[in-house]
Amino acid sequence: MDAAALVPCTMQVNGDARTCAITPATTLLEALRYTLGLTGSKQGCDKGDCGACTVLVDGVPTLSCLTLALACDGRAVTTVEGLADKGVPHPLQDAFDRTGGAQCGFCTPGMLMSAYALLQREAAPTRDEISHALSGNLCRCTGYTKILDAVELAAAELRERAK
Amino acid sequence: MSDGKPTQAPGTPPAGMAIPGNRTMPKEDRLTPPVWEGGRAAPPNGDFRMIGKRNRKVEGLAKVTGRAVYADDLVLPRMLHAKLLRSIHAHARIVSIDASAALALPGVHAVVTGADMPTHFGIIPWTEDEQALCTDKVRYVGDAIAAVAADDERTCEEALKLVRVEYEPLPAVTDIETALAHPEWQVNEKAGEGNISKHVRLEFGDVDGALAASDHVVEGDYWYEGSTHAPLEPHCCVAEFDSTGFLTVWSSTQVAHYLHRDLAKVLNLPTQRVRVIQPVVGGGFGGKSEPFSLEFAAAKLSMVTGRPVKILYTREEVFYAHRGRHPMRLRYRTGMTADGAITGTDALVQLDGGAYSSFGLVTTYYSGQLLTAPYALPAYRFDSTRVFTNKPACGPKRGHGSVQPRFAFECQLDKLCEKAGLDPIEVRRRNFIGERTKTVNGMRVTSNGFLECLDAVERESGWAAKFRRMPYGRGIGVAGSMYISGTNYCIYPNEMPQSAVQLRLDRSGRATVMSGCSDIGQGVESVLAYIVCEELGLDLRDVRVVAADTDLTPVDLGAYSSRETFMVGNACLDAARHLRLKIAQTLAERWGVAAGEIVLANGVACASSDPGRFAISVKEAFQWAEARHGTLGSVGWYQSPKLGGEYRGGTIGASPAYSFTAHVAEVECDPETGFVAVKHIWVAHDCGRALNPVTVEGQMEGSAYMGFGEALLETQRYKDAAPGHAFGLHHGPSLLDYRMPTSLDTPELHALIVESVDPEGPYGAKEAGEGPLHPSIPAIANAIHDALGVRCDALPFDPPSVMRLLRAGEARANWERARAQVGGPR
Repeated sequence: MDAAALVPCTMQVNGDARTCAITPATTLLEALRYTLGLTGSKQGCDKGDCGACTVLVDGVPTLSCLTLALACDGRAVTTVEGLADKGVPHPLQDAFDRTGGAQCGFCTPGMLMSAYALLQREAAPTRDEISHALSGNLCRCTGYTKILDAVELAAAELRERAK
Repeated sequence: MSDGKPTQAPGTPPAGMAIPGNRTMPKEDRLTPPVWEGGRAAPPNGDFRMIGKRNRKVEGLAKVTGRAVYADDLVLPRMLHAKLLRSIHAHARIVSIDASAALALPGVHAVVTGADMPTHFGIIPWTEDEQALCTDKVRYVGDAIAAVAADDERTCEEALKLVRVEYEPLPAVTDIETALAHPEWQVNEKAGEGNISKHVRLEFGDVDGALAASDHVVEGDYWYEGSTHAPLEPHCCVAEFDSTGFLTVWSSTQVAHYLHRDLAKVLNLPTQRVRVIQPVVGGGFGGKSEPFSLEFAAAKLSMVTGRPVKILYTREEVFYAHRGRHPMRLRYRTGMTADGAITGTDALVQLDGGAYSSFGLVTTYYSGQLLTAPYALPAYRFDSTRVFTNKPACGPKRGHGSVQPRFAFECQLDKLCEKAGLDPIEVRRRNFIGERTKTVNGMRVTSNGFLECLDAVERESGWAAKFRRMPYGRGIGVAGSMYISGTNYCIYPNEMPQSAVQLRLDRSGRATVMSGCSDIGQGVESVLAYIVCEELGLDLRDVRVVAADTDLTPVDLGAYSSRETFMVGNACLDAARHLRLKIAQTLAERWGVAAGEIVLANGVACASSDPGRFAISVKEAFQWAEARHGTLGSVGWYQSPKLGGEYRGGTIGASPAYSFTAHVAEVECDPETGFVAVKHIWVAHDCGRALNPVTVEGQMEGSAYMGFGEALLETQRYKDAAPGHAFGLHHGPSLLDYRMPTSLDTPELHALIVESVDPEGPYGAKEAGEGPLHPSIPAIANAIHDALGVRCDALPFDPPSVMRLLRAGEARANWERARAQVGGPR
């Protein structure tokens, strides 16, 4: 395959079928940010160390900087832009805002996606479980305290809604 | 600048140096801010409606929904990408650069080298020793030499491989000792002599006499390992030079104003045709408080190609940009009386500065000047020397210059307490310097809540039941500190305000605040909005903040030295009160009541004497005022009073207000492996008044976390032994090798806000962003001593280091001896 040749790639991105023309070497992060214009996912290290680029691929938290876009052809990708419902922030997003879980905000999109995946599989996680679920996402501002608070708050809010 | 030669301190421009502004302006001509009735600390409407409440931030929802725009999120039509070629040698002369093969590569548009913009620059006007790209010499592995612009980053990388640089390697120095031993291996030609970057020696009182008369004297040698900021967002900028000769640079900077000046200078453009815009910034911590190669290179490449150019540093390059914590070697002698009064302190400090000056002149002063509170030091001497080495330049990392000496001094205090058989918290209380006082080096202290900080950490940590009472391997330690709320001078001398705000009210019921201040996540834009809401009775959603755009906003010096809340907060308060007065006068006239009766709160403007009769919406009040006074706008600004000691360098370290902090850390150590787990940090911080407790706690927790990371995990180290090109190479410039704490490593952080209500801060507020970091490191070191009976005098406190200490000394016997003091003099 010619490394420079453009090939089509179709993904369900935040519910929409999106087709883009990319090179085989294009990462999922590059395709999202620079081809599809979804700049919410961040590049902090470009080698899988920081977690700022975390998105969901078929519901699984995935480092988009280490994932080739073509590997996601035909799959469902959810980014931070896909969390709000018709413009209404997801309870996790609202909780991050209320508790001060986002300072500079650069780790926040990845942090939210990891937290979202956790709450999908565990409605009432302990603080320790939250800490484990987010341990692949580095934050340099908060010392994590307010992030853990935010996830606990959102989990409680979601449980309340489910009643 | 060096020993024996006259040194220049800010405030005295060197002879023959053209510097804007005029220090000889008569003092009576200087601006003085208006005095508002009730002072700056008082609420405008009887009680606080917005200030002190747990509020959201103005940009919070944009950040959590992915809509906030950071520098790398910007894409302009026809935009090129560029990358920098970096030195593979720690020290070498550049013999020649041949970029012809790179230029011939399809997709490459331009290559620039140092010769295209050779003008020296530097954040401190007296030490301008940097070039955008090196012309004659490279001074560290990673020093930038050339820049290539191409269609995309991958083409840039290919092109960089084709740039041929002929080097003549020179002897390199990567540590303080070698740098001092070999002055002939000069790293930086701007050094006065050898490798001395800056030397400061100041003495206050009779130190030798005080130490000789002390009941206890402790002498200690300490090593503070370097560390770096590692903000999650790598440095990034986009530059666009348009056909009218106007340059716009969007950059992830925390000092848009200084970048503006240096871009104009180095690129030889009139300042009024340069615009710097700071997009949302993904963390700074001091690491983005100077211009860097990328901004000059992107701008120059845009000028050459006529197209927008983006440069995004790789994570590796962020480690080379550095400007982080100086490694410091510190020797302290400290004396104490039998009943715990500190008598004198003698400090000898060496700073490893890296290859360039950066803020180093200030760092060298700070390494001594900021130690003189919260404890009264009757006699104090420090002798600090910053040296150049062939490594990335060190600069201001959160707690600039004073974190390292604070570590040494608070460990000294702990050792003295042990010698004297006294409780370390009690001794800290006994030496409290007080409020509304002056330090031994002439710094004015206004409010001081340090005693309340000590009370809070003692109470919340359960200190009395734990100190010297837990089983072997578990321990608890305390430390205190102080920090500045901005400095009382600008980096370049001038008589203009340090901070300014323009405020505009619209008949739609909206306020727009414009200021050059820099929000790097700490929340200063929100601070401005809270102040406007408090003064004018608006909802947070009805205030827009436009910040850090040099075309639109009045100058604020930027986010460094913990100055934003205090200085731009005061400027904003000033602007808002001018408009509040106009509105109050308008309503008072119409209603026939006193202006002092007017309350603006919760969207309603009313007269307190008869709110049932006299009440309209704030929006309507704006309209009445606009009809009465014309278009509503105001300016506010802040200029600190003249402060500091009457000696050369006496203004460095002077601040209009100081914050105070106390920490207690609790650790669990494994005597078999030397592994230290920090379980809790209680951090009590006197921030004057918490304008929003959520963001203040966030600063305190983030500081404690960052200090913890430095103490145990993080090191910015370079290869020193291997021969050949690896010499001076960073030992692991990645976020995997540079061990930032994860959520699993980080202790439980307990933020305890103390409010002393400063007479000069906006509503009494002082800084909270840097001060709370300082005591983390010594509190942990002192806790490890309580746990294991070893003294961690060198960072980091990693398992190999702790094991060495456990094996070397009689740890257990020391521990038993310390513990035997319980029930004695405590």
